[in-house]
Amino acid sequence: MSDWSLSSAEIEALRLSVRIATWSTVASLPLAALAAYVLARYHFWGKELLNGLLHMPLVLPPVVTGYLLLLLLGRRGLVGAWLEQTFGLVFAFRWTGAVVAAAVVAFPLMVRPIRLSLEAIDRRLESAANTLGANRWWTWFTVTLPLSLPGMVVGAILGFTRSLGEFGATITFVSNIPGETQTLSLAVHSALQVPGGEPGAMRLTVIIVLVTIVALVASEMLGRYVARRTQGYGA
Amino acid sequence: MLEVDVKRRLGNLSIEARFSSDQGVTALFGRSGAGKTSIVNMVSGLLRPDEGHIEVDGHVLFDSAAGVDLPPWKRRVGYVFQEGRLFPHLTVRSNLLYGWRFVPAAERYLALDQIVALLDLGALLRRRPRSLSGGEKQRVAVGRALLSNPRALLMDEPLASLDVLMKREILPYLERLDNMGIPILYVSHSLDEVSRLARNLVLLSAGRVTRSGATDEILSQLELWSPEDETETGTMLATRVSRHDAEAGLTHLDFRGGELRVPLVDIPEGVAVRVWIRARDVGVATEPPRGLSLRNVLKGTLVEIGGDDNTRAVTELRLRIGNATLTSLVTRQAVRELALTQGQDVYALIKSANLDRRQLSLVAAMAGEGGKPRP
Repeated sequence: MSDWSLSSAEIEALRLSVRIATWSTVASLPLAALAAYVLARYHFWGKELLNGLLHMPLVLPPVVTGYLLLLLLGRRGLVGAWLEQTFGLVFAFRWTGAVVAAAVVAFPLMVRPIRLSLEAIDRRLESAANTLGANRWWTWFTVTLPLSLPGMVVGAILGFTRSLGEFGATITFVSNIPGETQTLSLAVHSALQVPGGEPGAMRLTVIIVLVTIVALVASEMLGRYVARRTQGYGA
Repeated sequence: MLEVDVKRRLGNLSIEARFSSDQGVTALFGRSGAGKTSIVNMVSGLLRPDEGHIEVDGHVLFDSAAGVDLPPWKRRVGYVFQEGRLFPHLTVRSNLLYGWRFVPAAERYLALDQIVALLDLGALLRRRPRSLSGGEKQRVAVGRALLSNPRALLMDEPLASLDVLMKREILPYLERLDNMGIPILYVSHSLDEVSRLARNLVLLSAGRVTRSGATDEILSQLELWSPEDETETGTMLATRVSRHDAEAGLTHLDFRGGELRVPLVDIPEGVAVRVWIRARDVGVATEPPRGLSLRNVLKGTLVEIGGDDNTRAVTELRLRIGNATLTSLVTRQAVRELALTQGQDVYALIKSANLDRRQLSLVAAMAGEGGKPRP
């Protein structure tokens, strides 16, 4: 076997990474859009606190984020125990837990561009929609959402790439279980722990670099396309 | 029928306006800051009155006493904004149909094809707002508002952001709106637009309605500021082209009170035109003048003499000619030496050469259909 062909474990890690990053992005995009909308449009008591909380994963050491998740969502954690009892839902040491860890860490990166593009929308267009008969929901779906699409796209790609590279929070929260929670970054880490693992680490690193480049280029092209469609509104 | 009776405080401005508007275009006319836009915003539901009552065709949109305050999307009131506000992410066609789909099928009285024909939008349908000229944008905005099949239409200075050429291009389209069968409130501070488009006029000053009624009547009785220069006062006369005297190079304009002669203009006989007469172009004589080069001499009554303000050399006289009122700017010295008194018969002298050619060309444009002034 040449140095450049992937082992089945490595292929598994790649598939797992993409799956986790995809779910992380899909699940947190609506929430990120909601948070961005609330932050962009409403003024309320405790707004700064909420803003700070949402941005915390950006500044906290990922290990700490992972540990907090473990405390909160572990099988004996405050929320985790309740989730398991009521819904039979377990995050600890499962790939779903890795999705949660990635989503939490990527969340602030998704909120920011969406918030910026929401703030750039000319709100007079929304009142125009209102006078044409569109209620709040219709206005949101036919005016606000399409005009904030550039921000949504950028947010989604940033979230996806950040999720793809997640390491600290994931290894702390859901450990490093091959086939379940061992993503590409964790696999690189594992490979480096064993003697002679460096060629494997190198292969995985190349994959990560390639996937990241593809994602960033796609983001740039998609972002430009969407911005053109919406005529320069938003990020 | 649109009935508006609203009160609202906005900073230093206190709006207290009550008027109604039947079918056709009613202009809300006044200087900037008079509260015109705030009033239409209250009608549309974008601004909440402190108290009052608004209804269209018997549908109550707002009533503070009854606790009614419909949101904008339930009011069925179309709104054409000063800046168009077309949706940049939609094609012209989708923009036009945006409000249309919210109207119950049974209540639609206008369809896309009609509006496209009315406003000449066929060539624009596939384009996006960014590629349109200012005038085209406003035409689409008008079409979009109309296609929401509203019970009333509001237009907030839709031409204010356009240059003179674009205004000329779009005005003929706006003229067609008068017979849409719904009340249209047209906000403007441009005398030109108002005199051309509006059937009725509501004059606003500092949030209050100072006068309202038929446009011709109000404009010909009122001292107004000039369309071009707000410091210039004068009168707008509603006239009709009675005949052309090609040999003398004069066109005769009839109005209730007399006849004006102006340099030949290429407007068909019988067409109604409005003529702007500057106060300083009107002189006064106490006897029928003789040996005079002026061709426009009108007999009337002196109804008002302006204040005897020591700091000004001039004062204003109001002359009633038939049912029209002319304003004349004369020196205070002339008032004393001619011993002018209220109620006396006078002759108004209007220099025909001084009937502003630019105004005439506007008037000619107003007459539409190829009415261009002769070079």
